[in-house]
Amino acid sequence: MYVYDKHDRQMAAERVEQFRDQTRRALAGELAEDEFLPLRLQNGLYVQRLAPMLRIAVPYGMLRSAQLRRLARISRDYDKGYAHFTTRQNVQLNWPAVEDVPNILAELAEVEMHANQTSGNCIRNTTTDQFSGVQADEIADPRPYCEIIRQWSTFHPEFAFLPRKFKVAVNASEHSDRAAIQVHDIGLQLVRNASGELGFRVHVGGGLGRTPMVGPVIREYLPEKDLLTYLEAVLRVYNRYGRRDNKFKARIKILVKALTPEGFAEKVEAEWAHIKDSPTQLTREAIEKFQTYFTEPAYEQVPDVSDDLATRRFEDRTFDQWMAHNVDVHKKPGYAIVTLTMKKTGTPPGDVSDRQLEQIADLADEYSFGEARVTHQQNAVLADVRQDRLFELWQAIRPMGFATANLNKLTDVICCPGGDYCALANAKSIPVAEAIQRKFEDLDYLYDIGDLDLNISGCMNACGHHHVGNIGVLGVDKKGQEFYQISLGGSSHHDAAIGKILGPSFARDDMPDVIKSIIDVYVDNRTQEEAFLDTYRRIGIDPFKERVYA
Amino acid sequence: MPKVIKQDGSIFQDDWVVVERPADGESLNLPDQPALIPADLWLAGKEHYIGRKNVGVWFDSHQEPEILAGLVNELDVIAVNFPKFADGRGYSIARLLRERLGYRNELRAIGDVLLDQLQFMKRCGFDRFVLRADKNAEEAARCLNFFSQGYQAATDTEVPLFRRRAS
Repeated sequence: MYVYDKHDRQMAAERVEQFRDQTRRALAGELAEDEFLPLRLQNGLYVQRLAPMLRIAVPYGMLRSAQLRRLARISRDYDKGYAHFTTRQNVQLNWPAVEDVPNILAELAEVEMHANQTSGNCIRNTTTDQFSGVQADEIADPRPYCEIIRQWSTFHPEFAFLPRKFKVAVNASEHSDRAAIQVHDIGLQLVRNASGELGFRVHVGGGLGRTPMVGPVIREYLPEKDLLTYLEAVLRVYNRYGRRDNKFKARIKILVKALTPEGFAEKVEAEWAHIKDSPTQLTREAIEKFQTYFTEPAYEQVPDVSDDLATRRFEDRTFDQWMAHNVDVHKKPGYAIVTLTMKKTGTPPGDVSDRQLEQIADLADEYSFGEARVTHQQNAVLADVRQDRLFELWQAIRPMGFATANLNKLTDVICCPGGDYCALANAKSIPVAEAIQRKFEDLDYLYDIGDLDLNISGCMNACGHHHVGNIGVLGVDKKGQEFYQISLGGSSHHDAAIGKILGPSFARDDMPDVIKSIIDVYVDNRTQEEAFLDTYRRIGIDPFKERVYA
Repeated sequence: MPKVIKQDGSIFQDDWVVVERPADGESLNLPDQPALIPADLWLAGKEHYIGRKNVGVWFDSHQEPEILAGLVNELDVIAVNFPKFADGRGYSIARLLRERLGYRNELRAIGDVLLDQLQFMKRCGFDRFVLRADKNAEEAARCLNFFSQGYQAATDTEVPLFRRRAS
């Protein structure tokens, strides 16, 4: 994992002192609210419906145990003793006091954390696959590139006041895309060219929100050394020509659409030609230096223990279910990837208590080289668990509420904080998630339904990524009443697609039965091999419409 | 007379005034003082203006600095207007003037220029700042110097940190 050097430490400390000064001036009335707004947003601080909210960056989802413990302490000392994992691998505090934020940032800086650019019209936290570095089908570890992008984008003087927010995601797996890169402003897919050299396929202009779009490819192959100069060219074209007259048309996707992907790519290439050989071009030494931070931990030479695990699984059905759903294959023999699910029915998706944060820290120390990861599905991952300790780990996490064996299933809901917390929301999202989870409590039924992404957003801003849910739910406001619109067929994976709206929206109380009807249509129509999305793609939306609106 | 801030935060006063774009059909009236006129109008009358020490130009944020390619160093002062502080196009304009067009003389930030944007402007090549009138210029020195360095290359730092670390 990346470790700060003296430069990083110095700039982190300087940033805290700068924000302390800015906060003092804001509280003293020297900075008008609209002047303080972008400054506090770029330090993670929103002012929300009930209280301020602080969004803390977790660069590409990686956390050391000491950082988890610090987050726990901060949530206890400055907040109500819990935090929230977001859909962009960050952590949010829901109730900090504005005047405490500089101190919180100082405490974060002590453990090499920050809240830089987690909000505002700037380049946001770069995200990637939570299985980076431990999955077998990876082209290269994406995290060194994420850190390179993090440093380049941090306090970038030219791009601190973009037309709108800007999100970059990197994916390295050949066969899956857990980072949802095609719905980001820039999506980078690591690839090798015909000569075997590393580079990126560059998607630009994907996104959710009001105008959901799958990002087109604007460059099939970008050599890795050109990563930053090319990003700089894309950002410069966007900064100069992106719309600033209408907030809802200001994302880069609108510019890409207006110019056409080809036209946009031409502008980027023309800009890039000027700067591609500048000192911002990456050097081999620099890339290798960043790679040294993401080397393998001290794995032991241990064999796979499938026989022993098979016996355990045969003897204990609950363990078997957990193994089948929450444990993934690791590239190293004898190791496994474990996802700690945070979607226990009755707790808001992504919420963790201070105690749970400390439990994850303890688990990371005991089972996974002191590191944990946050996923954009709002779960946590222990990436390096020895297989011969899986049973012991499972026993340890059951009472903690991390062993609900529903990973990637219908009840593993992706959900924004919604109207319970967020000033922007049109409707509550958490109670809808909970009502649906209760409807599908029976695990056998849940497994029979199979892998299914259910995504819920409380408003158009789409923090719950509803457009790319196989089933998406969007909260809408109709004359002061909360209603929910359903879309079907979205995907955030390699086959990225934007879901199609089913029809008129529903009242909250009807939602569990509506979801049940949709599932029934799938179950009645599927062939043996088909997941929900496959059936949907084969039979189309009409059979679902007919059943739901019958 | 505007108070002008230098990169080190020191303050002085000078006589440069910004001449607004004349309404359609009206012609540009140069005042007696040194004047900054819209860049495209300077270009349109460049035979008339080149060599006049008391005429500079200003760009608005939607304008393209490339229109002055090859001519920038004929000017002693170029200003870039920030119509609203949240309009970040001026940062790109400044870098292009410096790094692409090779402009070497005074580059002045005007308009909605606030204290907390000065650090970014400095890094993008501005060396003179005219703060919005209600802001306290005495605080500029502190706000210009919160950071001892930056990660990226920009106009003020040719070499990004990853190369400086390696050496």
